[in-house]
Amino acid sequence: MNGAEFVPLSLTPLVIGCLAAIACALPGNFLVLRRQALIGDAISHVVLPGIVVAFLVTGVISTWAMMAGAAAAALLAVAMIEVIRRFGRIEPGAAMGVTFTTLFAAGVLMLEQSDTSGVHLDVEHALYGNLESLIWLEATGWHSLLDPSALAGLPSELFRILAVTLVVGVLLAVFWRPLAISTFDEGYAAALGLPVRWIGLGVVIVSALAAVAAFDAVGSIIVIAMFICPAAAARLMTNRLGVQVAWSVFFALMSAVLGFVLAGYGPLWLGASDAVSAAGMIATVSGFILVLAGLFGPARKRA
Amino acid sequence: MLLEALTFQLGYNATLVTLGAMLLGGAAGVTGTFLFLRKRALVSDAIAHATLPGVGMAFIVMAAVGLDGRWLPGLLAGSAVSAFAGLLSVQWLVSRTRLSEDAAIGAVLSVFFGFGIVLLTVIQTMATGGQAGLEGFLLGSTAGMLFADAVLIALGGALVLAIVVLLRRPMTMMAFDPGFAAASGLNPGRIDLAMMGLVLAVTVVGLKVVGLILIVALLIIPPVTARFWSDRADRVVLGAGLFGAVSGWMGAAISASAPDLPTGPIIVLVAFGLFALSFAFAPSRGLASMWARHRRFQTGVHLRQGLLSLAQGQPIYEPLTLRLLQRRGLVRADGVATDEGAARAARALMDERRWDVARATPEFELAAARYDGLARIEEVLTADQIAGIDARIAGPREARA
Repeated sequence: MNGAEFVPLSLTPLVIGCLAAIACALPGNFLVLRRQALIGDAISHVVLPGIVVAFLVTGVISTWAMMAGAAAAALLAVAMIEVIRRFGRIEPGAAMGVTFTTLFAAGVLMLEQSDTSGVHLDVEHALYGNLESLIWLEATGWHSLLDPSALAGLPSELFRILAVTLVVGVLLAVFWRPLAISTFDEGYAAALGLPVRWIGLGVVIVSALAAVAAFDAVGSIIVIAMFICPAAAARLMTNRLGVQVAWSVFFALMSAVLGFVLAGYGPLWLGASDAVSAAGMIATVSGFILVLAGLFGPARKRA
Repeated sequence: MLLEALTFQLGYNATLVTLGAMLLGGAAGVTGTFLFLRKRALVSDAIAHATLPGVGMAFIVMAAVGLDGRWLPGLLAGSAVSAFAGLLSVQWLVSRTRLSEDAAIGAVLSVFFGFGIVLLTVIQTMATGGQAGLEGFLLGSTAGMLFADAVLIALGGALVLAIVVLLRRPMTMMAFDPGFAAASGLNPGRIDLAMMGLVLAVTVVGLKVVGLILIVALLIIPPVTARFWSDRADRVVLGAGLFGAVSGWMGAAISASAPDLPTGPIIVLVAFGLFALSFAFAPSRGLASMWARHRRFQTGVHLRQGLLSLAQGQPIYEPLTLRLLQRRGLVRADGVATDEGAARAARALMDERRWDVARATPEFELAAARYDGLARIEEVLTADQIAGIDARIAGPREARA
């Protein structure tokens, strides 16, 4: 494998996979600590109806419309969960289960009913993503990284996920203290005058943003896996929040790189001829990391 | 077409699928109720997603030994094994690490599902053929279902129902009071395991009909729906079974009546429709009755305060109070009390005075605790007691020599 082959075919999917993993792992830390891990699960399910409705309304495959639709669906889901929980007096887990299955079912039904056969929009795509297809055809080798005309051909998913990763990182840095305080001791945070409800909603919205951008590039399996596995594994490594976030980013990167390489080249090493799903492999690797952390992590038990 | 589908007149296979979906819905509803009462509804999500690698493995193994990879009982057996592995993984993460159950569920479902997708892509590249259709396990597909498959699903649903009927007492006890269940000589671990076993069975049986992503809906939505109608566990179980069965029956029938109506999503949407109706209109816990209760209380408070103001000759500025009094003919448009209004106002003031005395008298302590600004004192005290209060209102008289 040399630069002439690696750069056009593997570099961009690898970078996009890494960025998506980090964008999800960062808010994932707070979802895991706030016991809202399954909000990530719910969000990644309701992204499907969101993009289907966006497609039906606009009639074109426009990324921005779809991201708006997915974000709206995520907010609708959060509102539905809250209404069922509060007015129906139903425990949050069940309220979540009612909401995301219903919205997902509606998405599938709309997809089957509408004529989307001509465009690339189907349930399998939504689940697995198409990481492998995000290639950079204009590149001819490492030197293309300095060639403006080749750089113009980079897949647009790269810039979107890069922007979202940066936004998530900056928000995390800016709101670090209130976020940390309200996550560990909501009562104390409220006593300090922090808007705990808005902070909670903010975590959900940022998660939705990361989920939608990552979903666009890599499908919903990675989204759920990266929300939870790196953060959960990092939680077993340390008691300090800052260190935990650093570990989670490291684990997310390892999952993305190892998963991508194993999916692309693993079957070749075993003598098979075709690659397997990179998204699925990244999720699998993140699971292995979690198992290792559960067996050997220094902070795996309750202190 | 829809009517024929609902009345089982749409051909042998469609009828069998509808019956199977009905039994499956009923079984999922009653099983899910215990999960819901234990507050572990979303564990079923992990179990359901964890079936996928088992399906893939079973296909690969069966194809490797030269069988038809799509043989349903084999695939279902494989899915049961990996779903059980997923359940054990959740238990392991919760008991051996400090992760909470929701993180464990999310981790297990995404990792197992991801690995399942890897296996599906492996299968796509295998040279055996016949791999098409495994995607059907994601969202369910009843189109082209074999007769034997439908029988298997119907039998599985019936079997689960029978086991739930046998185990309902110990499982109810566990749901409400695990400590009491243990003290009564039951083995909590074993009952939980049986409950999870039933959930697993429902999931596996439902894979072909509604698919692994949506089977959770059948385990969660009917119990939540039934919860609106009753506070008694046995009735919730019964109701959940009923709602589940109706969802399965109507969903399968609607889906059979026209093209492009996938069975799984339609069943889920019917279940949600029943949920939404119950949420809105169920007696006592529904939104409509909650709203009516609120309105009744609000009206009572406003009327009472309005009447007291009238009796004491204070002007009323509150628009809702004025409107309520006017509509009942108690005040005129200019805010002056009518004859009836004046009479009711005097009575309200009298009542309030009596309450004041009752609340200040230790002897009526218990009755006074029921004061809420609305209940009339006649509802709480006897005529004799009220006479006693009236004597005090008149005030202690000076004894004449």
